[in-house]
Parts: sequence; C-alpha cells; structure tokens
Amino acid sequence: MDLMAAKVIGAGLAAIGVGVASAGVGYVFGSFLQGALRNPGAADGQQGRLFIGFAAAELLGLIAFAVAMIILYAV
Amino acid sequence: MAAEAGKIDPMHQFQISALGDGALDGTPFIFTNSALWMLIVLACAFLFMWGGMKRELIPGRWQAAAESFVEFVSGMTLSSIGSEGRKYTPWIFTIFIFIIFSNFMGMVPLAVFGPHPFTVTSQFTITGLMAIMSFSIVLIVGFWKHGLHFFSLFVPHGTPGVLLPLIVPIEMISFLVRPFSLALRLFVAMIAGHILLDVFGNFIVNGINSGTAMGYGVSLISFIFIVGVNALELLVCAIQAYVFALLSSLYINDAVHLH
Repeated sequence: MDLMAAKVIGAGLAAIGVGVASAGVGYVFGSFLQGALRNPGAADGQQGRLFIGFAAAELLGLIAFAVAMIILYAV
Repeated sequence: MAAEAGKIDPMHQFQISALGDGALDGTPFIFTNSALWMLIVLACAFLFMWGGMKRELIPGRWQAAAESFVEFVSGMTLSSIGSEGRKYTPWIFTIFIFIIFSNFMGMVPLAVFGPHPFTVTSQFTITGLMAIMSFSIVLIVGFWKHGLHFFSLFVPHGTPGVLLPLIVPIEMISFLVRPFSLALRLFVAMIAGHILLDVFGNFIVNGINSGTAMGYGVSLISFIFIVGVNALELLVCAIQAYVFALLSSLYINDAVHLH
C-alpha cells in the first residue's frame, strides 16, 4: 500500500469520530428536551449547562475532524 | 481557484495573502487579507454599538438590538460568576462581539460580486490569542485573589487521600488544556463549515458545467442542501460565539471562587 492510499484510509477512519460525536450531541439535546418537557419551568435556567454539554461533546468530533485534516494535508 | 473543471480545492479560502506592505518606524509589515477583514469586523462592530448607544428613554429598534446584546452578555456573566461578574463583563462582551461579527462577516455572500470574504476566526492564531488572553485573566485573577491557595483548584472537595495522586494530575491536565480546547473548538468549527459550503458550492458549478441531466440533478440537490447548510452555519456561528464567551466566564468563575 502506498502512502497516499494509507493517508486516505486513515482520514476516512478518523471521520468515524465525527459521526460518533454527532450521536453525542444528539444525546445531549435529546436528554435536555426530555427533562425540559417534564419540567418546562426549570428548562430556561439550565440552558447554560445544555451548551456546556453540547460544547464538550462537539469538541471531540471537531478534534476527530482536525486529525483527519492533519492526516490528509500535514503528514 | 479550480482552474481545471472538477478540481475542488476547499483549503484555498483560508490562505492568507498579502494585499500590500509598508514600514512603520523602519519595521516592515505586511497588510494581509486577514488584517483587512479584522478591520472590517471592527468597523461593523463599532457602527453597530455606536448606532445603539443613543441612550434614548424609549429605545428604537437599533438601540433595542444593541441593548439586548449587552443584557445577554451581562446576564451570562452575572449568572455564572455571581455579583463579582460585572467586573469581567467588558472582556466577555469584547470577545463575544468580535467572534460573532467575524463569524457572520465570513458568511456574507460577497463572492457573487467578486471579493471573497475571509473568516477571521478560521485562523488558529486569532482564536488561540483570544483563548490565551482569557486564560491569562484566569491565572492573573486566581493568583491575585487567592495567592498560592489557587492551587487548591486541582483538589476537589472531599477527595479521599488515596485518590489524590490520581485526581491532581487529571485536574491539572484538564485545566492546562482549556485554552487549547477553547481555541480549537472555534477555529475547527469555522473551517469545517466553510469547507462543507465550498465543496457543495463546487458541486453545483461542476454539475451545471457538465451539461448532462445527471449533472443538473446533482446541482439541484446540492443547491437545496447548501441552503439548509447555510442556515445551520448561521446557527453554528452564533452558538460558537456564545460557547466561547460562556466557557470563558465559567473559567473566570473558577478563578474567582475556586471550588
């Protein structure tokens, strides 16, 4: 296998992480909605925590994307 | 870009190019497109705030918009830092308004007329500098208020003594990685969104250029898709600015109150 093929395969494998992070982001918002529908009065006060959880889940997907880009262009 | 048909080069839009150069007191400098767009962002933010600071008793639409920005940020700092948060509102407001304006200026569809907008926040140097400044505020405030007691940040309350050799390094790493994650999140989110827009924009052009029925079909689907992605990108622009400001104020809260 030459280097270019290995690079493309590696970048594709790194892209799996982006998909998994999307599941995490969906879980964060889904859980928030579940809680918010049960107690709508308390929902607005928790929006900051919602976005902290979103940011933490999203960061891992973005790191996976950065790894894919590094493999493709920088290595 | 895309000299021969079908060649897509999504990284080209992030290239920094020199627009002119000069010398200041004998020190040469280069005026880049990044600098130009930072000046444009500054002008827009200045215009927005200047138009909104009329201080009328009954606010017009513009003043109401500017006031809602200020109230949003000051509410965020007050709720996450507490009553001492008022001191840090100017810094949080500065980064919030700079990030949100540069994110939105990067989305302006000027390329229809010729000039390509440059997203200032898609450069790690810019976001990294803002993250380092937030982090320096955390360190300075923490050591100023608590002295060496600031290191108790690495020891959560009620940690059993046996676990200390494990917890302290973990807390320390999670503290030290904060500026990096803060900067990386913003710049990668911007880069990813713009690459997506560029790739699908090229699909539209290449599909039409191919002149076949399938090409037209691909163009149509890509066009519908790109409208949705644009709406999503506008949302991401606002969310990333919000997250950056929110996390900065939370980190400052750690320095002010320890935990």
